[in-house]
Amino acid sequence: MKGQLKFDVYALTWRLPIILWQLLFFVGPVVYMIVISLFVVKNYRMTEAFELVNWARMLTRGYFWDSYAYTLFIASLSATIAMVVAFPAAWTLAFRATEAQRRWAVFLLIIPFFTSYLVRTFSWYVILAESGVLNAMLGYVGLGPFKMLNTHFGTLIGYLTLTLPLAVILQTVTMANIDKTLIEAARNLGCKPFATIWRVVLPLSKTGFIVAALFCFILAFGDFVAPFYLGGSQEPTLPILILDTTKSGQQWPRAAVVAIMMMATLFTVAFTAIALAYRTPKGAKA
Amino acid sequence: MAKDPKSNQKHYLRRDVLRLGGGVALSTPFVSRAWAQTTEINMLAWYGHGEPDIVGAFEEANNVKFVPKYYAGGDNMLALIAQSPPGTYDIILSDAEFVQQLNLAGYIEEMDANDYPFDDMLHEDFTKFPGHWDGDTLFSMMVRCGHLGVSYNTTAMSAEEASSYDGFWKPELAGKVGHFDWHLPNLGMMSLLNGNSAGLWDLSDDQWAAVQEKTMSLRTQVGGFFDYGGTFNGMKNGEMLAMCGIGDWITGALERDGAPVASVIPKEGGIQWTESYCIGKGTDKADIVKTFIQYMLSPEGQTKSAQMLAYPGFAITKAGRAMLQDVDPAEAKRSHQIDGMVNEPIALIDDGRIHYRDIPQQQSLEDWNDFWSEYKNA
Repeated sequence: MKGQLKFDVYALTWRLPIILWQLLFFVGPVVYMIVISLFVVKNYRMTEAFELVNWARMLTRGYFWDSYAYTLFIASLSATIAMVVAFPAAWTLAFRATEAQRRWAVFLLIIPFFTSYLVRTFSWYVILAESGVLNAMLGYVGLGPFKMLNTHFGTLIGYLTLTLPLAVILQTVTMANIDKTLIEAARNLGCKPFATIWRVVLPLSKTGFIVAALFCFILAFGDFVAPFYLGGSQEPTLPILILDTTKSGQQWPRAAVVAIMMMATLFTVAFTAIALAYRTPKGAKA
Repeated sequence: MAKDPKSNQKHYLRRDVLRLGGGVALSTPFVSRAWAQTTEINMLAWYGHGEPDIVGAFEEANNVKFVPKYYAGGDNMLALIAQSPPGTYDIILSDAEFVQQLNLAGYIEEMDANDYPFDDMLHEDFTKFPGHWDGDTLFSMMVRCGHLGVSYNTTAMSAEEASSYDGFWKPELAGKVGHFDWHLPNLGMMSLLNGNSAGLWDLSDDQWAAVQEKTMSLRTQVGGFFDYGGTFNGMKNGEMLAMCGIGDWITGALERDGAPVASVIPKEGGIQWTESYCIGKGTDKADIVKTFIQYMLSPEGQTKSAQMLAYPGFAITKAGRAMLQDVDPAEAKRSHQIDGMVNEPIALIDDGRIHYRDIPQQQSLEDWNDFWSEYKNA
């Protein structure tokens, strides 16, 4: 009945597992993390307390904000590159490939996820090293050798290893669901190819694209492996700072401060992105 | 098993169930006896100490199985042990400078000094190693050590250039100097370069400021900060041509594989890492752990330790060194563990060129770590 809350046992039964899961493995740990950020460490042992010293210490350190700015920048750059690089492939798969070709392509894009991300990252050593495959190929045309490992470039390659297949898949699925007659209509009415992409395809794919970019950003922002192993920890990202903080003096409370700041950032970015994705343009009917 | 001719379905008769249950019941004692015979020993150690090349023969001879948990760095070790309930680790391999912390926190058991070969040590310092004793009570037994200095690619740096930590500032090495990502050995080396010698860990505010300044001036040369695997790879594939914070424990393993790398103790002096075994507080396997520590101090154990695949170390007993020279003269020669050789480790200690790794005396570890984070971000 409208306006009345109805206790639906059937629905609750199916909802309960996910609610419990989230409470146990998301809400609980987050609350615990907030609590331990107020603890103090004495003689390598965490002691229960209610003090803001860890917050004061971390948030007043220049290196924290340097790491924060760098992580935000490199994760945003990585998400942008992933979205741009993925687009031509996704366009081809969505509009040019047959149904069977698209299915095979998506299957092939999923295959890298069967292998450990760490293994995939280490395999880049062979390719990116100064004596590696890529520099050897560039050497044939008189270029290089270029330093690619232990650089920002190395970090980006690692991030893209993680996010690019996902970006292609999400973009493909999004564009494949666009009503193709709208694109044909635009072209018939004299719209140029790039204008069609800009004025028809992108607006129609907005939600899917923002979600794809958001996933790319989240994965890169929290990734430890790429900046550590391919970026040589320079500059250190926030996940590396967490490790450094815990390694020295068992400063889990300070690591918790860094982790909470990361989560707060991700929540802000995610909610902003979702709001943008589902925002109804002015003048459009809801 | 009976078949219902009508339905073609299988039905389990009570007899089948009893037969199956009886089989399980009869075999259980054998299974549980087999399990009971193998004792699991939980080990907390640096990587490599629980691998078959070190513990394999002991496991076979004593029907035990080591379950290692590996760490990287003494702080990390303390953190792991602090998070675990008492009795989690039966045996703990500790960096010597952290033994005192383990003892103060009550994480380790007393040991009986009569159980170990103190009369066979290669150096007197090894018998009363700092922090290992509380009065006359032994809490940790040193088993191996190694020296940290300048590690370098021999095709990019000459031995003369590597004979001082100043070699890291060689212009041709820009972007090719790596750091083992742990503040203690790196800042210790910078302290030695600043002339702090034996007082390298006991820095006044001015000395500490000078060490920070000197370290910061190296930043433009640095190509990365690495863990064990990254350090190993960086030196192996030539991405890094010199490495600060390590020694023969990394280059030795690479050298054995034919890589053009070496480590030397520079004129400013080197740092000794020292590894010692402790018996975990609350363990019910103290006897077999003691037997294992005795094994690691036996000539066979010392030889295995010196040859360790993960990272080599020096033998610390006379009998261990003698056996190494007998069974693996090439490794003994490569690591200078022959009396009279240049850079023979015991002679280096006697000459005052080696300083035992310690923790900061006037600053906290956090101060050093804070600076290290700033340095990485610079």
